[in-house]
Amino acid sequence: MNQRLPNSFRTGPDERGHFGNFGGRFVAETLMPLILDLEKAYAAAKADPSFQAEMNGYLKDYVGRPSPLYFAERLTEHLGGARIYLKREELNHTGSHKVNNVLGQIMVARRMGKKRIIAETGAGQHGVATATLCARFGLECVVYMGAVDVARQAPNVFRMEMLGAKVVPVQSGTRTLKDAMNEALRDWVTNVHDTFYCIGTVAGPHPYPMMVRDFQSVIGEETRKQMQEAEGRLPDSLVACIGGGSNAMGLFHPFLDDPSVEIFGVEAAGHGLTQLHAASIAGGRPGVLHGNRTYLLMDDDGQIQDAHSISAGLDYPGIGPEHSWLHETGRVTYLSATDDEALDAFMLLSRLEGIPPALESAHAIAKVTELAPKRPKDHLMVVNLSGRGDKDIPQITEILKGRKQ
Amino acid sequence: MTTRIDARFAELAKEGRSAFVTFLMAGDPDPLTSLDIIKALPKAGADIIEIGMPFTDPMADGPSIQAAGLRALKGGMTLRKTLEMVRGFRKEDDTTPLVLMGYYNPIYIYGVDKFLSDAKTAGVDGLIIVDLPPEEDDELCIPALEAGLNFIRLATPTTDDKRLPAVLANTSGFVYYVSITGITGAAAADSKVVGDAVARIKRHTKLPVCVGFGIRTPQAARAIAEKANGAVVGTALVDALRDSLDAQGQATAKTVAAVADVVASLAQGVRGAKQAAE
Repeated sequence: MNQRLPNSFRTGPDERGHFGNFGGRFVAETLMPLILDLEKAYAAAKADPSFQAEMNGYLKDYVGRPSPLYFAERLTEHLGGARIYLKREELNHTGSHKVNNVLGQIMVARRMGKKRIIAETGAGQHGVATATLCARFGLECVVYMGAVDVARQAPNVFRMEMLGAKVVPVQSGTRTLKDAMNEALRDWVTNVHDTFYCIGTVAGPHPYPMMVRDFQSVIGEETRKQMQEAEGRLPDSLVACIGGGSNAMGLFHPFLDDPSVEIFGVEAAGHGLTQLHAASIAGGRPGVLHGNRTYLLMDDDGQIQDAHSISAGLDYPGIGPEHSWLHETGRVTYLSATDDEALDAFMLLSRLEGIPPALESAHAIAKVTELAPKRPKDHLMVVNLSGRGDKDIPQITEILKGRKQ
Repeated sequence: MTTRIDARFAELAKEGRSAFVTFLMAGDPDPLTSLDIIKALPKAGADIIEIGMPFTDPMADGPSIQAAGLRALKGGMTLRKTLEMVRGFRKEDDTTPLVLMGYYNPIYIYGVDKFLSDAKTAGVDGLIIVDLPPEEDDELCIPALEAGLNFIRLATPTTDDKRLPAVLANTSGFVYYVSITGITGAAAADSKVVGDAVARIKRHTKLPVCVGFGIRTPQAARAIAEKANGAVVGTALVDALRDSLDAQGQATAKTVAAVADVVASLAQGVRGAKQAAE
């Protein structure tokens, strides 16, 4: 920590898109005018009460918000410490938090008159949310997905196609999320005139990290209100999994200026931090990729390294720039969970609460099982259940078969 | 400050012709062959040489140049070795301008100040960094200009008149006009449209304007050379290199000549241009 602590953690980014030393606009000149247009269009939308009103209408009646804040009684008993609440983002239409952001961006795209929407996806949750809203608003939708992920997330590929989207398997590079993002950027640079790039996480060039955070902040804002109603006070800690970090940022941001609230982000440690993993903060260093400066996995020559996680949604060698800044300022503590820990947590939550979490969210649950027992019984812990596990059942069935053999 | 780039354009202006600018990836398919190819370029007719710095995630490049970068990385290429290659070239040629082209992260990790000083010493004349728009000039552009290197900016069809002054403000050496919205190796641009775009840029700057993306044949190179101060060819050369490799992707006895032959025929196209642009 080599910088003075800010008076507020909620004022970023600056006008050039920087969170401390992170963020920025590292894109090809072809895209620069588009990004400036988007920044203007988003600022205008944000200032327009009718935009917010329309969005709130869809959030309520189409997405199904507010999502419940559920007291996980049996998980709490089992762990014997903090009172654990689950923020039920998996109950949203499309099955994850991704829809909050996609709705916002699609509404901005409509204001900008864009007719063609492109997106990258890892686990397919962002792709499904994008395909869904494109169907709802009659927009053309192209989703780039790494060929490896197409294979391991087959149910979501089928869903996107059923919704009318074109899914393009990406064969370049490591054929996962980062390559899907490269390919989406190549599409955007080619089809600048009619295309809107709907980024799925709090990464990319400014204004994306800010805009996606704003759209996801509904998670944390609801949580404040709901915890007030349930317990009459703020939570004591927050836990969320992190790939790019949008569900985490959505939960964290409204609490950043409440010093009594401890905040934990959980990266994917894959096979372990000394082996193949996807934990950019634990195992990476600052660099520049996909339009922003942030913590990245790379070698000594600055070449981006393959990430690995059992969860396709966390299998990305970077993290949103605001998280990098929150790490360096010390406001948020970043932990990591391995593939095996996530699998155990998946089973635990399924058996104790009847809620199979997405493998992504299972990483957060895994750390809750370590954090909660060490805290007193009146400690209020909120974990973001960012997605549901249905999409992962075929993959998990295979893994469990393998374990038995 | 006069660089080899400035000197070369001054010579070409005297000769009354446009520049032929070649692009190949450093270390493709291996460091030694790559150096031999670069050394063969001036004799084959290249006026300015762009050398790609390989990167794992080249967001603005098409499949050919992506593959070239991956071949180079697989062959062990690094930014340090790219600078060694420049030193190797400079032992024999002290006049042909060399421009390094690529993405920012490897330079950022190498260390900006150390990179600029090592590049200058090695004999690099200019830099083209795809993911550094003028909004990020403090990162590398300003330090590069201070270190005596040209910082060559890309202008594109989306760079309108309002934005051009900002794009040109800290540009030096030449302006690289990307003739299409798209990635390298994509469809060719219409030379009439390119001519209008070059004229538009020239209303804002006295710098030479070179045009690239989509030029593959001597005819196309000639048509562009009639409208601009230079024609840049990359993918067609990278493809010729790739086609000369053996089944394992290793260089063969034909590799250097295969690239040099294509360079020679494209250079003839450029030299056959009726009249260079003003």
